[in-house]
Parts: sequence; C-alpha cells; structure tokens
Amino acid sequence: MAFGLPARPAALAAACANLAIGLLLAFRFDYGNASAFQFAAVRPVLDNPAIGLNVGIDGMSLVMVLLTVLVTFAAIWIRPARGTDDALYYASSLLIAAGAAGAFVSTDLLFFYAFHELALIPTFLMIGMRGSGNNKDAAWKITIYLGLGSLVLLAGLAFLITAPAGGVSTFDMTKLGALTRTIEGPVQERIYLVLLLGFGTLVSLFPFHSWAAPAYAAAPAPVSMLHAGVLKKFGLYGLLRVAIPMLPLGHSAEWIQHLLIVLLVGNILFVGLVTIAQKEVDTMLGNSSVMHMGYIFLGIASGSAIGYSGAVLLMFAHGVSIALLFALSASIREKTGTLQFHRLGGLAQSAPFLGLAFGMAAFASIGLPGFANFAAEINIFFSGFASKSPDHFGWLQTGTVLALWGVVISAVYMLRAFRAVFKGPLPDALKSPVSDLTLSERIPALLLLAALLLTGFAPNLLLRAVNPVVQAITAAAAR
Amino acid sequence: MPAYYLEIALVVLGLVLLLAETFTAPGSKRLVGLAALAAVTVVFLLLLTVKPHGLSSDGIWRFYSDDKLALFYKGLALVTTAGVLILSLDYAPVLAKFSARAGGGPAIGEFYCLPLFVCTGMMWMASAIDLSTIFLSLELTTIGFYILVAYMRRNVGSLEAGVKYLILGALSTGFLVYGFTWLYGVTGQVTLSGIANALPSAPKAPALFAFALILVALSFKVAAVPFHLWVPDVYQGAPTPITAFLSVGSKAAGFAVAGRLLEPFLAAEQLRGTTSALLMAVAAATLVLGNLAAIPQSNFKRLLGYSSIAHAGFLLLALGANTAVGSLSPRMIVAYYLAGYLFMSLTAFAVLVVINRTDSADDLKAFNGLHQRSRFLAFAITVAAASLAGVPLTAGFTGKFLAFSAAAGAHQWALLAIAAAAASAGFYYYFKVLRHVFWNRPAEGAAPITVPPLTRLLVVALITGTFAAGILFQPFVNLLR
Repeated sequence: MAFGLPARPAALAAACANLAIGLLLAFRFDYGNASAFQFAAVRPVLDNPAIGLNVGIDGMSLVMVLLTVLVTFAAIWIRPARGTDDALYYASSLLIAAGAAGAFVSTDLLFFYAFHELALIPTFLMIGMRGSGNNKDAAWKITIYLGLGSLVLLAGLAFLITAPAGGVSTFDMTKLGALTRTIEGPVQERIYLVLLLGFGTLVSLFPFHSWAAPAYAAAPAPVSMLHAGVLKKFGLYGLLRVAIPMLPLGHSAEWIQHLLIVLLVGNILFVGLVTIAQKEVDTMLGNSSVMHMGYIFLGIASGSAIGYSGAVLLMFAHGVSIALLFALSASIREKTGTLQFHRLGGLAQSAPFLGLAFGMAAFASIGLPGFANFAAEINIFFSGFASKSPDHFGWLQTGTVLALWGVVISAVYMLRAFRAVFKGPLPDALKSPVSDLTLSERIPALLLLAALLLTGFAPNLLLRAVNPVVQAITAAAAR
Repeated sequence: MPAYYLEIALVVLGLVLLLAETFTAPGSKRLVGLAALAAVTVVFLLLLTVKPHGLSSDGIWRFYSDDKLALFYKGLALVTTAGVLILSLDYAPVLAKFSARAGGGPAIGEFYCLPLFVCTGMMWMASAIDLSTIFLSLELTTIGFYILVAYMRRNVGSLEAGVKYLILGALSTGFLVYGFTWLYGVTGQVTLSGIANALPSAPKAPALFAFALILVALSFKVAAVPFHLWVPDVYQGAPTPITAFLSVGSKAAGFAVAGRLLEPFLAAEQLRGTTSALLMAVAAATLVLGNLAAIPQSNFKRLLGYSSIAHAGFLLLALGANTAVGSLSPRMIVAYYLAGYLFMSLTAFAVLVVINRTDSADDLKAFNGLHQRSRFLAFAITVAAASLAGVPLTAGFTGKFLAFSAAAGAHQWALLAIAAAAASAGFYYYFKVLRHVFWNRPAEGAAPITVPPLTRLLVVALITGTFAAGILFQPFVNLLR
C-alpha cells in the first residue's frame, strides 16, 4: 500500500474520510436551492468542444453520494474472507467506489461516463482473484456484458452530442440540455432507444440481465455490495440525469414507453420467478437485486415527478438494503462454509443478532413499512396509477398492477430464505453452534440498518433534496 | 531554425555513429546504444526550437511542410525511436544470442544505429507534401525496417518475418508508385497542393483508380484489411523492440502520409462520396477482422499484431468519416489517437521486453502471476491493456471516443454499431492478458523481476502520458491546432 501503510488501516481511513465528507456535504447542502448544482468546481480540459472535469451536486446526486459513502464504508469495514493480496483487494474496492462517486458528481458528460468505467477492471480482477464458486466465468460474463453495454451507451452519447444543429460544441450537462431538446422528435426517439439499451444493460434491464446474478453470487462481498448497491444505479441515474431531461420527446414517445413497460415487467415477474427457484442465498440475492430494478424502471416509466422521486429514493433504499444483505450473507458463508439452503438452518438460535439483522434487511427488501424501500415503492405505485384522465387504464396501469404482484414474489423468496437459514433445526453438518456477529462486525450492519430506518420513517430527509430536481426535469419536458 | 535541419542532423548523427561503431570494442556496444539515444534526445530538443517558416512555398517548401501536424508527427517519431532504443538496450542478450557472427561474437552495434535512419524517414514522411518526397521518405523508412526485422539471423522466425516484410513491402511500393503515376496522369501535378486544385475537375474514373491503388499501398503500411496478412507473422518474428517500432512508428508515419494524401480526394466534391465509402468499407473490414482474429491468440506479439490491425480500423473510421468534432479535424483526431497509441502500445512492448530478459518466451503464459513477480510491471501492463481496450481516463478511450463521435457526426450508424461490437471484443482479448497477470500463479521457480532503471523511467513516462492524454486534452490539442 502507498507510503508503507498497512492495507486495511489505510483503506479504512479513506472510507471514513469519504463518509465524513459525504455527511458534511449533506449538512452543508442548501435544500432551498436543491435543483441547482452546488459545491461546483470547474476545471476545463478542452476549449472546443468544451470538455471539463466539472463536478457539482444537486439534490439527486446528493442522495447518490450518500448511498455511495455509506455502502463504501460498510464494504471496506467488513473483513476479507481469505486470500493473500489485501492491498490489491482494498485498492480495487476503493476504485469501484471512486468510479461510482465520480460518476454521480460529474456534471460533464464525458467524465460522467468515464468514471463509471473506472470500476470495470477492479471488478474483473476481484471476481477472478478473490471470488468463489464459478467466479472466473462470472468475471468474464460481467466484463463482456458491461463492456458491450457501455459501448452501446458510448455510441448513444456520441449520437446525442453530435445531433444538435451546429455539431459538437459542449459536453457540459448544464448547457447540453438546451441544445439537445431542439433535436427533432424521431431523432430523439432513436437516440433515446440507444441510451436506454446502454444504460439498461448496465442496470440489468430484462433481457440484458443475465450477467448480474452469477457475478454477484461469485464476487467477494465488497464487490457485490458496491456493484449491486451503488454502481448499478449509474444506469438509472443516467436515465434521469441525461436521457430524460435531454431527450424529453424520446422518453415520452409511446412506443418507447410500451417497450420499457414490457421489459420492466419482465424484470419483476420473470426474474422474480427465477429468484424463487434459487437454492442458495447468494444467487437468490443476486436475482432479487435484478428484480427490484424493475420497480425503479416503473417509477421512471411513469414520467411524473412523484414517480421519479420514488425511483431515486428506491435507488438509495435498495442500494443500502442489498449491500446489507450481501454483507450478512458473506458472514454466513464465513461461519458455516456454505450458502445452500438445504445445508443451513437454525442459525438464529446461536446467532440472534445475525438473524435479526438479516430479517430486517429482508423485510426492507420486501418493502415493509418503516423502511425506506416502502416509502419509495409507495411513491412509485401511486405514480403508476396516475394517468392523463381518471378512467384511463393503459399500459402503465397494467404494468403497475403486474408489478404489484412482484411484492408478493419478493415476500415469498425472502421469507423462505430467512426460514431456511435461520429457523428450524441445526443441520447435522453444522456441529458446533455458529457464533454471532462480533461488535466490530455489527458496526456496518447497524449503520446500514439505521440509514434504512431513518429514511423509512422520515423519507422527507431525502425527498426534500430530490423533489426540486425531479420537478425541474418534468417542467423542462413539458416546455 | 527551419524544420528540415532536424532530418539533416539526425542523418549526420546516424552516419557518425555508424562510423564510430566500427571502432567500438565488441564488449562495449552498449555505449553505441546510449549514444544513439543521446542523438535522438538532442534532435528532440532541437525540435522544440523549430520556428515555422511562414507561408512561402518556394524552394524546399514545395516538397516539405512544417505545419503543426508535421511537427507533431516528428515528435511522435522521435519519442518512439527513443523508446525503441531503450528497449533495444534491454533486449541485447536475446539479440546477441541470435545475431552471432559465424566465427565470432555478437553483432549488435548496427542495431542501435539503424533506428536513427528509420526515424529520419518517418520524420520526413510527416512533412512530405510532394509525390516524390513521399515516396523517398517512405522507402527510407521501409528499407531500414527490412534490415531490422531480419536482424536475428540465427533465428528462423526473424528471417521468415524479414522475407515476408520484404516481399510484401516491395509489392506495396509497386502499388504506390503505380497509383502515383495515375495521379500524375490525371492531374499533371506532383505537389499535393497542385493535386488538390486539379482533382475537382479531373476525370473521375482514372482519379478513383489512382485512389484505389494508393489505398492498397497505404493499407499495407498501416496494416488495414485485406492487406494485413504480413502483420502477425512479422510482429511475431521480428525482434521485440522492432515489433514495437513497426507497430507504433511505422503506423503513425503511415497515417501521417495517408492523412495528407487522401485529403485532396476527400475534399473534391465529385470524389468525396466514393472515397469516403471505400475508406469506410476498409475500416469496417479491418475492425471486424482485426478484433475477431485477436480473440483466440495465445502469443502476446501476435495478439498485439491483431490489436494493431484493430486500431488501424478505428483510425480509418475517423479518417473516412471526414467530419470534424468541434474544432478537431479528422486528421487531428488521428494524430491524437496515434499519440495515445504510442504511449499504450510501447508500454505493452516494454513489459514484454523486460520479461524476456529472464524468459525468452513471448507466449501469454510468460505473464502468469506477474503481479507477484513485479508490481510495477503488473501495473504497467494493466494500464496498457486498459488503454488499448479503451477504458476511460486513458489515452485509448479518448481516441476511440473522438473516432466514434466523428462517425456519429457523419451519420455512419452501421459502422458505429460495428465499431462498438469490435471494441467490446477488445475487452475480451486485452483482459485475457490481465487474467494471466493477476489470476494465474507464476510458474514454478519464477523469480521476482527487476526492471532496469532506464526502462523504468520510460515506462513511468509512458504511463503518465497514457493518463495525461486520457484526462487533460488541451496540451495535446494545442500541439495539433
């Protein structure tokens, strides 16, 4: 590690500093002016076309930054399971987090894209070197899929910046929107479709989702936490930050709406059923994380401010809850050596805290009231029923009804998993009682649970930052 | 100082060095290499003092341009040559083994002198604006390479590479000259500016015939499909520093000439459509074939050979799109791309050369467990592979992104789709190298690798360049514009 510091203390110091800065930003943020980019810094790197290493935080990025710092702290805190090269392990985890944070604070289109891909190599190395099970195949799959997805996205961004009359002039997101909104409708639709496919692949939109579950199952815990919890939200954030405000005609085109609704129902129902069929905790979590993306897409498809803010809130809530679940499942694997349901059972007897934390995270994931996930999903479902006229029942409303069934599916697989792992008799293979989480191991779990509960009881803590931003998006689209 | 003094200085220094080499003791040939490096450094410093001559086009300025792009390419040629010389110093043991005289010791002195002449040819190519000087400078480069590629005469692979390069190089020269005669025939001009004035009113079919012949010849030089067949074999057989030289220097110089030669065709209203379409077809074929053929390679030099073909595809994409991105003209995009290619490709070759000091295999297996043997080299090859694959914040990404944007600006949707698919194949084969470096264990008894100080300096500089060109665009663009 740099300067001869041992790897773990150095990484922890970085993660703590990160968390402190993130919280400080949240306290210093001017919520009255949340739709503007605050703490902005501009560093031009090219004059024409104008490209700059520009950063700034508005209400939506603030929520994503908070998610990033929370999950990063937890991911660095939990101890690596095994392996030799801890310096590389922590460096890779921090790089993944840095890529996500960089993408969320960038206000320049080029660097917004660039930071996200920073995570590609560390992810590949970590899954291959420190993963478990069929990790090498999973590492290839995620790399090729995400590589292809990002290149589709890159092609879409190249369309986007070259399409305005007068050619390429700027990559500054704050100025680009005014230019791209003048693009003709049919062209906007085409560009939007390419962006949707690109961003969608990165978020595991059905049917481009098959990379996600195997990779999350095989990856070491920090990578699953950071990737499923934080990095994957980049695609959704990108839709809300780039595609929708810059191409409003593309987003509101009927055929694109219908396509999106069909695909997101695929996420919720098809992947939901796949999740029920899983026989291990990690693949179950991986698939469930793919499934829950469907709800966020539903909020986005609604095209209304309430749907968008529900989507942003769910990005946060899902990120925190899935990270917590992956962290806990790593503890289970470490203590018992397995994650297969039929070889586990009765862990709550000797590890009550582990059972409690897993249970609460599972409840959050299902969407029980009191957790942030509930607040988010309720917004999304309301937005799904909002329609142009009171008696209109179209694609969006049908999609919402189908999506609501997903809640039942979530309950089925999460509760089944909880029963299989924590209830019932101890299997014979687990002779010695499983020890509970130590105090040090409880810290990340408590932190993430606190975040879920706090924002679950007081979602307005986040929504007051998000609402002005999404209202600006819908207002710009209406113009 | 006028720019052409640079070429003169380098040739003179090269000749002096060649003479001095004769009087150097067999055991101290390393001094010759260091002297050559010093010569290149001096000329590079002289390059910084060059003042543009203004607008006159009399005398030598009819044949010779000193515009910003020319100076940029001269800089690239000099940096590449310096890098190649440093790698050659490291490669001396392998070279000595395969170049021994029949009854005596190794003959490696000339190996350090010849790159200076090749470099002179490349620098001249960057400035050539007349059919005769284009031809002359191209030949100066190519003849130097004929010797260097086949330098390891006790090695069958090197000899085979030399023969292949010689025959196909001669063939491509034939195409070039034939194309030039047709071009002269339809325009009556030998200077590129005269040709640019005459082409718009020239008879269309013969002009296109000339273009096709020239395109064939240039495709050989820059390794574009379907005239790429020599690349993998020659890359594999040639001494590794020379492979790097071919891959970086020869390609850059080839594109410098291609940019100048093709510009009149792309500017002429009546020829623009067909010219651009032909270039795009070559680009598409190059992208597809280069990337697909790279996938199964297990030899690092062959892999980089196909990668070099693939990069030629992206470069042709930018050139053929013929559309500016903001203030960046297609030729500037190509130059930017090539600067990045220099940094990343030379890094990859440097890592191989250092590994080859202890283990002469150039198979991918030689990289097994490299991160346990040398952190520095593992980091270097990671940066190089990331940049070659086009991971953002590196030079390789910037070049690709600009090429993509040019294609999007020209509404080449199909080609853009092909390019995106091709680039994603790149992720596979470049990351395959990383798999060997990080996932696999080192071979039994593989010792830690020490990197010689000069090479370490080179690699640090190249990595810095890779990131600089990926993050800070302005300094590089200022050199171009």
